[in-house]
Amino acid sequence: MDEVITLAHGSGGVKSRELVEQLFLPAYANPYLNPLTDSAVLSVGETIAMTTDSYVVRPLFFPGGDIGRLAVSGTVNDLAVSGALPKFLSVGMILAAGLEISLLQRIVKSIADTAKEAGVQIVTGDTKVVEQNSADRIFINTAGIGVFPVGRSIPPQKIAVGDCIIASGFLACHGMAVMAERNHLGFQPAIESDVAPLAEMVQGVLQANGNSVHALRDPTRGGVAATLCEWVTADTDILLYEPELPVRPDVGAACKILGLDPLFIANEGVVLLAVAQSCVKDVIAALQRDAHGKHAVLIGEVRKGSGRVIAVTEFGSHRRILLPRGELLPRIC
Amino acid sequence: MNYNITNILQGIWKLADQTGPVAIMEVCGTHTSSIRQYGIPSLLPPNIRLVSGPGCPVCVTSSADIAAAIALASLDEVIFTCFGDMMRVPNGDVSLYSLYEQGRDIRLVTSPLDALTIAQEYPEKQVVYFGIGFETTAPHTAVLVEKAAQAKVRNLSILNSHKTMPQAITALLQNESSIDALLCPGHVAAMIGAEAFAFVPEKLQLPAAIAGFAADEILAAILAIMDLLHKQKLDCVNMYPQFVTPAGNRSALNLLYRVMEPCDAIWRGLGSLPQSGLQFRPAYRDFEARTRFNIEKTETTEPKDCLCAAILRGKAIPPNCVHFSRDCTPDAPVGPCMVSSEGACAAYYRYREE
Repeated sequence: MDEVITLAHGSGGVKSRELVEQLFLPAYANPYLNPLTDSAVLSVGETIAMTTDSYVVRPLFFPGGDIGRLAVSGTVNDLAVSGALPKFLSVGMILAAGLEISLLQRIVKSIADTAKEAGVQIVTGDTKVVEQNSADRIFINTAGIGVFPVGRSIPPQKIAVGDCIIASGFLACHGMAVMAERNHLGFQPAIESDVAPLAEMVQGVLQANGNSVHALRDPTRGGVAATLCEWVTADTDILLYEPELPVRPDVGAACKILGLDPLFIANEGVVLLAVAQSCVKDVIAALQRDAHGKHAVLIGEVRKGSGRVIAVTEFGSHRRILLPRGELLPRIC
Repeated sequence: MNYNITNILQGIWKLADQTGPVAIMEVCGTHTSSIRQYGIPSLLPPNIRLVSGPGCPVCVTSSADIAAAIALASLDEVIFTCFGDMMRVPNGDVSLYSLYEQGRDIRLVTSPLDALTIAQEYPEKQVVYFGIGFETTAPHTAVLVEKAAQAKVRNLSILNSHKTMPQAITALLQNESSIDALLCPGHVAAMIGAEAFAFVPEKLQLPAAIAGFAADEILAAILAIMDLLHKQKLDCVNMYPQFVTPAGNRSALNLLYRVMEPCDAIWRGLGSLPQSGLQFRPAYRDFEARTRFNIEKTETTEPKDCLCAAILRGKAIPPNCVHFSRDCTPDAPVGPCMVSSEGACAAYYRYREE
């Protein structure tokens, strides 16, 4: 095996073949992928969910995760919150010449491990190699297909007056971990991302309380604020109980130092749920049975209103939460 | 501090019943941000108005300094380092962020000393650090310069735009009748000491309180101010004694004034204020990036119709501005008050009601 990626690895010739056979295939091996045909031939149920996402995170490795774990988890979670059981993934890579093969091996191992953890198979893929200055070492695109378990209703993804809003875990861990690492903030100990595939946890909830779960979303870019602003309808308000928001002390402290609001920061290991009030306890219990849902908590409610998301502070004062704009940048002091 | 919020609010409402309209100016950007974040105006009686002042270091940096930063960051040999919230301040169509998007080597730092590390790591490059902020951040820049001088690091320089707070408050509020009291900045006071704010009651004839940044600390300071107003007493009360001593942090100030000395400075929206800036003492002038790279001074220009200047003076509130939330938003700011999370426009925007 070579030491670095060269343009030849993207040529479609011998080097391309080597990369597939010596690196990708052993890592992702399964009966759908192994024949290396032009398309994977899949057998799925009647209704499927499909999604795709691209991952360009910098740095490639950060405390608690890496671009590979992120690329699998992100797509798996998009399927999971649709109510689908993730089954198959494609992995497309754009590599810059000069990328160390050893680094690619680490990422591929992480992809393979996370796929195994998530219960999905990588059934197809693609690799392109570009000149060194045309891309930042590695970009990954994943597409995923999930199936809806027979007989289970599909969540309507529409909140209703009286719903309760639940967060499955601590907020803002991923965004702060990446920001701290990217900007060399040097927090000790380092802030760890919670990036993880959450399909099993979500399926557990839907199995037990399927009909009561009205909306599910993984609040990635834009954070909890963006998801709630998208959920709220013209005749509802979402009230957030600010003191109840689950924020790890290290993440909360970092947010304070940098002048950032955890509500606006990306998550990769958290699901938000809008559920009927009558089954809040059951849903929280179902979430807490999964390792990723241990810190699940009720954070808000849906009321009749006029399309506003409002945080109620510990002092009873109100402040409006609006869709975030632009990239979050740490402040001066 | 853990104050009893209910008691504080009862006290404020009771005193407000006995006063006419009261305008309290906060001169610290972090106060502005906290006040909006915690929804403090919604807890106050309608006759108490909180007015944002010139306390955001990003907002008061002159457009000439931003132009110098952009010129320096555009040089091939330069690695430009700055705090995150300086990135989006526009100068015409260009900002440090747009240069960063074009691939210029611009790096965010959270401590000035990071610039020294980068300079030592890249000896073939020239590293420039954008020094902005008040007495809270200036000592850190002084440490950077002293350490670089000791280590004989030749490829590091500073675009020095540091300012001092008391001179700006004086220039802003002397002969000013629309402000009734001052909420003084806790961070700056921790550095320069509570006694440094005695000029507010003595010279400006305004009652004042030095406040921390939690909601209860801000409200407790507002109650203290209402009490002073009610008793018609001119004083500056230190409501942040756990961090603010009467004399301040002398060792940091000694270090600061070993490296820098007062000079006149141009403030965005306020113009040139005598002795309100900090320049390097002669022994350290080699570290000034403008000199090293021969950056020509440009005229200070304000964006057309932008009310940032009036907002910094407490003469307008962000929604008064024609640009606010229309063509001026945090991701496409027209003026600097919309850039920093501590800017009045950004705080109003983020927590606006309409």
